[in-house]
Amino acid sequence: MIKFILNNKNVSTSLPPGTPVLDFVRYRKQLMGTKIGCREGDCGACTVLVGDLNEGELRYRTATSCLMPLGNAHGKHIVTVEGINMSDLNPIQQAMSDESATQCGFCTPGFVMSLAGFCLSKKAPTVQNSIAAIDGNICRCTGYKSIKRAAARVANLLAQRSEGTPIQFAVEQEILPAYFSNIQERLQALSLSLNGELGNDNPLAQRVGGGTDLYVQKHDEIKDASIQFLFDDADLKGIRQDGNQCIIGPASTVTDLIESAVMQTYFPDFKLYTKLVSSTPIRNMATVGGNFINASPIGDFTIFFLALDATLTLSNGVTERELPLRDLYLGYKTLDKQSAEYLKQIRFELPNVTTRFNFEKVSKRTHLDIASVNSAIKLTVEGDVITSVTLSAGGVAPIPKRLFKTEEFLTGQFVTEEMIMEATSVAQSEISPISDARGTEAYKRLLLSQLIKAHFIRLFPELNVEQLLVIS
Amino acid sequence: MKNIDSRTHVRGESVYLDDIPLIQGTLFGAAFGSPIAHGIIKTLDLSAAAAMPGVVKIFTYEDVTGENQIGGIVPDEPLLAEHHVHFCGMPIAFVVAETDDEARAAVKRITVEIEPLPVITDPREAYAQGEFIIRPRTHKLGETTTAWSQCTHIFEGRADTNGQEHLYIETQGAYAIPQENNAIKLYSSTQGPTAVQRAVARSSGLHMHQIDVDVTRLGGGFGGKEDQANMWAALCALAAHVLHKPVKYALNRMEDMAMTGKRHPYSSDFKIGLDNDLNILAYEATFYQNAGASADLSPAVMERTLFHCTSTYFIPNVTATAYSCRTHLPPNTAFRGFGGPQGMFVIEAAITKAAESLGIDASVIQAKNLNKTGDEFAYGQKAVSEAHACWNKANELYDLEAIRDNIAKFNSVNLLYKKGLALMPICFGISFTNTRMNQARALVHVYTDGSVGVSTGAVEMGQGVNTKMLQVAAHVLSIQPDRVKLQTTSTYRIANTSPSAASATADLNGKAVQMACTEIVRRLKVVAAGELNVSAEEIFLKDEWVYANGERTDWNWNQLVMEAFTKRVSLSEHAHYATPDIHYDASEEKGHPFTYHVYGTAIVDVTIDCLRGTYEMESVKVVHDFGVSMNPLIDRGQIEGGIVQGLGWMTMEEIVFDQAGRLRSNALSTYKVPDIYSVPKEIAIEPLKTEQDNLAIFRSKAVGEPPLMYGIGAYFALRNAVRAFNPMATIPFDAPMTPEKLLLALYQSPTAPHPMPSANGETEVAQHLAVNS
Repeated sequence: MIKFILNNKNVSTSLPPGTPVLDFVRYRKQLMGTKIGCREGDCGACTVLVGDLNEGELRYRTATSCLMPLGNAHGKHIVTVEGINMSDLNPIQQAMSDESATQCGFCTPGFVMSLAGFCLSKKAPTVQNSIAAIDGNICRCTGYKSIKRAAARVANLLAQRSEGTPIQFAVEQEILPAYFSNIQERLQALSLSLNGELGNDNPLAQRVGGGTDLYVQKHDEIKDASIQFLFDDADLKGIRQDGNQCIIGPASTVTDLIESAVMQTYFPDFKLYTKLVSSTPIRNMATVGGNFINASPIGDFTIFFLALDATLTLSNGVTERELPLRDLYLGYKTLDKQSAEYLKQIRFELPNVTTRFNFEKVSKRTHLDIASVNSAIKLTVEGDVITSVTLSAGGVAPIPKRLFKTEEFLTGQFVTEEMIMEATSVAQSEISPISDARGTEAYKRLLLSQLIKAHFIRLFPELNVEQLLVIS
Repeated sequence: MKNIDSRTHVRGESVYLDDIPLIQGTLFGAAFGSPIAHGIIKTLDLSAAAAMPGVVKIFTYEDVTGENQIGGIVPDEPLLAEHHVHFCGMPIAFVVAETDDEARAAVKRITVEIEPLPVITDPREAYAQGEFIIRPRTHKLGETTTAWSQCTHIFEGRADTNGQEHLYIETQGAYAIPQENNAIKLYSSTQGPTAVQRAVARSSGLHMHQIDVDVTRLGGGFGGKEDQANMWAALCALAAHVLHKPVKYALNRMEDMAMTGKRHPYSSDFKIGLDNDLNILAYEATFYQNAGASADLSPAVMERTLFHCTSTYFIPNVTATAYSCRTHLPPNTAFRGFGGPQGMFVIEAAITKAAESLGIDASVIQAKNLNKTGDEFAYGQKAVSEAHACWNKANELYDLEAIRDNIAKFNSVNLLYKKGLALMPICFGISFTNTRMNQARALVHVYTDGSVGVSTGAVEMGQGVNTKMLQVAAHVLSIQPDRVKLQTTSTYRIANTSPSAASATADLNGKAVQMACTEIVRRLKVVAAGELNVSAEEIFLKDEWVYANGERTDWNWNQLVMEAFTKRVSLSEHAHYATPDIHYDASEEKGHPFTYHVYGTAIVDVTIDCLRGTYEMESVKVVHDFGVSMNPLIDRGQIEGGIVQGLGWMTMEEIVFDQAGRLRSNALSTYKVPDIYSVPKEIAIEPLKTEQDNLAIFRSKAVGEPPLMYGIGAYFALRNAVRAFNPMATIPFDAPMTPEKLLLALYQSPTAPHPMPSANGETEVAQHLAVNS
């Protein structure tokens, strides 16, 4: 039995644990406020709140319920729009209504839930952050201007917040119903009653992390599949520094990465990079390990960690082995990984003072889109000479690609405009992009050259841009 | 007044098709669509599917109890394919099972063997092969053949616009519930309840009076549910009729995207001639409309392209010909603007081509040729023009010169980024161009407790039409708005409706509500006059009180209503409105098809990243001709939403079909509509104050479609920004301007031949494209 708190009620279900939360709330609990727009996490109409205990403290994040299996709701608090309704409109709903931020209304509950998630988060109550909270919600009617105005009002609601937790504040200010103040206790009680319900000894069970890719790719099969849930496995969580190494549990989410002190310290632009990666609810669900294992040739974090030359620890439950990420991919969606093996740990060497790092991504839509081409670079320069470099690129080959030839070319070079132009030519010789819905081959080739130039322009602001932007 | 649905919307309590509580025993349908774009069905094997758990029946064309036909304008669209398939996704069979999952699982087990036939995806190829949906049509004013000799400058070119996926967030769907004596109650996510009723009657072999199509609201329509809701409704109704069980089908997103038509892609040729003073003397255009596999609304869309082929410009000599070309794509259909935007893009491309060739700014030619009141459109109607007023006000209010100076300064010092600007004046005709559709009815009941129920033929899909109807009723009856309820749109209550489309819904239905309420008020005044011993002319109703000779009496609304009931005076009225003065003769291609035009001017400015080929929309600043807006909150929302939808069409929204006619942009992961970060940083909207009367409800001009066309300015602004970086680039007029096209244009070598515009935006696509990778 899967047990969790749904709005104000404790629920349990014997449905297959792979069933999407969306189907459960709509068709089993008749909570019809959660809408179906795309079933691939791309529209946000089905956004719900997920509350869990993080080191004993109640924490809420948003999730697209279409991609979230019931197994990942186990022991948590799931909140649909019905769960934040009070007799009068709450201030979030009032802001949306007052600003005419709802037209056909179909996407509206999703926006309301994302803003509710913002009210429950510890993010600074700025307009910018409020708008960022709805970066995963698509509206086809309003053109978003009225929604932005509503989001600004929601940010203002929180301006007085000082002492206490966001949850306390939201309850005190009647932003959310009073029952939220007891959820932490109720979850603690619930956790004591749980007893390994998700255990699965089947060695062939499908492993599911955040589900954000699997539920798109295998929506129909996975519902009834035998699943081993990794998302809440404490052994697979956590981001920590160990000497000059960073150790990442593969079930860490992108949001965990963004919030981690290590990443913030060593990658000052990390938030800028991650703003280009999916959306808030997807970042809340998607795991780093899942991004590696789904083997997409354009996985953003695969490209990111390829440039960091990360090393993986794979385990089959009995023995472990280490494998550089660069060796994981054998061909299109094929991995050097036995079916019994799972990803246990990720580690990489943290940048030092001589290291420069950059990540670039271009997609048809700048945000909430999959890359046409992405690329990351890490290099060290000593005395104007590149002494070491790792360069990766996605969307230019059947696998997430390390550009070894280009790296070799770059090593030992002075950073000059001519040298960079030559490097882009070398890169062209080692890629094999195909034409698809994300762009033609010609475009992807040109784009990679541009992104390599972009790396250098970002990392070496003294370069003469004019010489790099020539029309040949 | 806020949207009357906003309270239930923000609480998640508004009911859409998939939210309707199910009746016990409801079955679920799912369509099996052709995997091949064009071919002959050799064998259809349903046995494995029929043996799947829960499957109740699989319908094919042989099971259709009426005529296997749902085509609206032209009867060329079977409900279920018989021997021929004409597009990928064309429904061949309809599985009905006990659960949704079982129906879809069974669909996967259907196998079909199809002998492939050549596939046409390009309208020019269809044209070359003589594949037309209807006869071509030509609009003509003056004589272009002789006008060319008077032109100092003549330019020719080609312009292409891709389609656009509606992407209403609520997918298509229907829920049919059999009633006694073969009647059917049908919930449908449709803009056209009567269209659904007609298609169902025809295909199920029933009479229209047996079919109650009932619509509460849609989760977006944008034209996509005008005629294309018919298929799913007809399939569910057929199954319900045969099985005597409720049958529901809510399409999933991929089914919806693959099986339904979109905005028509167009490929067009133009020739434009100007005199020394830059007056446009002559314009010729040939439009090749990609209609898809069957007519759907294509003939009407094509007609509107012709009506808008000169946009807001007066050109004395015009010859414009349009061909509706049959291809093997899903039948393309209505989409906000309905062919108008496609025509307007081409004249803007022609002006831009002339301006670029002459080395001047396009706005010089635009300003010079804006129409004036009394100017004749190619179809014979005389303009009542606000074009100059909007243009001039936008220039002054937003200080166009300052914007230009800033852009020039920015571009002179920045290499990595460039800015671009374009002006987009619009002129959009309001009315159904099919004159007979310009009628509407309203049914108003006043109940004895003083509450009022209003039924119209209007369908609420987010545009706020029900709010406007409520405003009309409350205003005419002079009662509190909360006394009025807008009822669902039902074919049992309001017959023979026109779809909610053509921006005309509020005008047509609003006038009918106004008439019905006015008649009820007239009767109530007679009752009051009798009680107060004065003549009815001396009575008026205001804020729920009866006034006699200007003095408030002690009769209030409730008393008056009750008294009327007691006196056996009817408290209900069914009113009919038909737009006056409009007519059109399609054989002469002359007439007065539009009640009025809506004008406006937008200034669009953008910034491009010359390194990465990406872009940001800086601002869209508009002066818009509202007449007098009866609901500024709703109308502002329509303008903001329309602009962003237009920007999407012109920038990131790219429909990709491969050569075999398979949709490759078939999910939200591969078809991108604007998100919150891609909208303009600023949208400024200033109304143009006008005094003259018009035929709009309360003089509040239609606002649904016109603002979409402001978005066209984004294409030309981006183009100008590219040219600021690469003045030598020869950029084909080929919308949308995706980041791909923009980057390729930025680095286009002056010596290299520029790529031909791709037909309907098609790129050659590798076969093994994965959905999410």
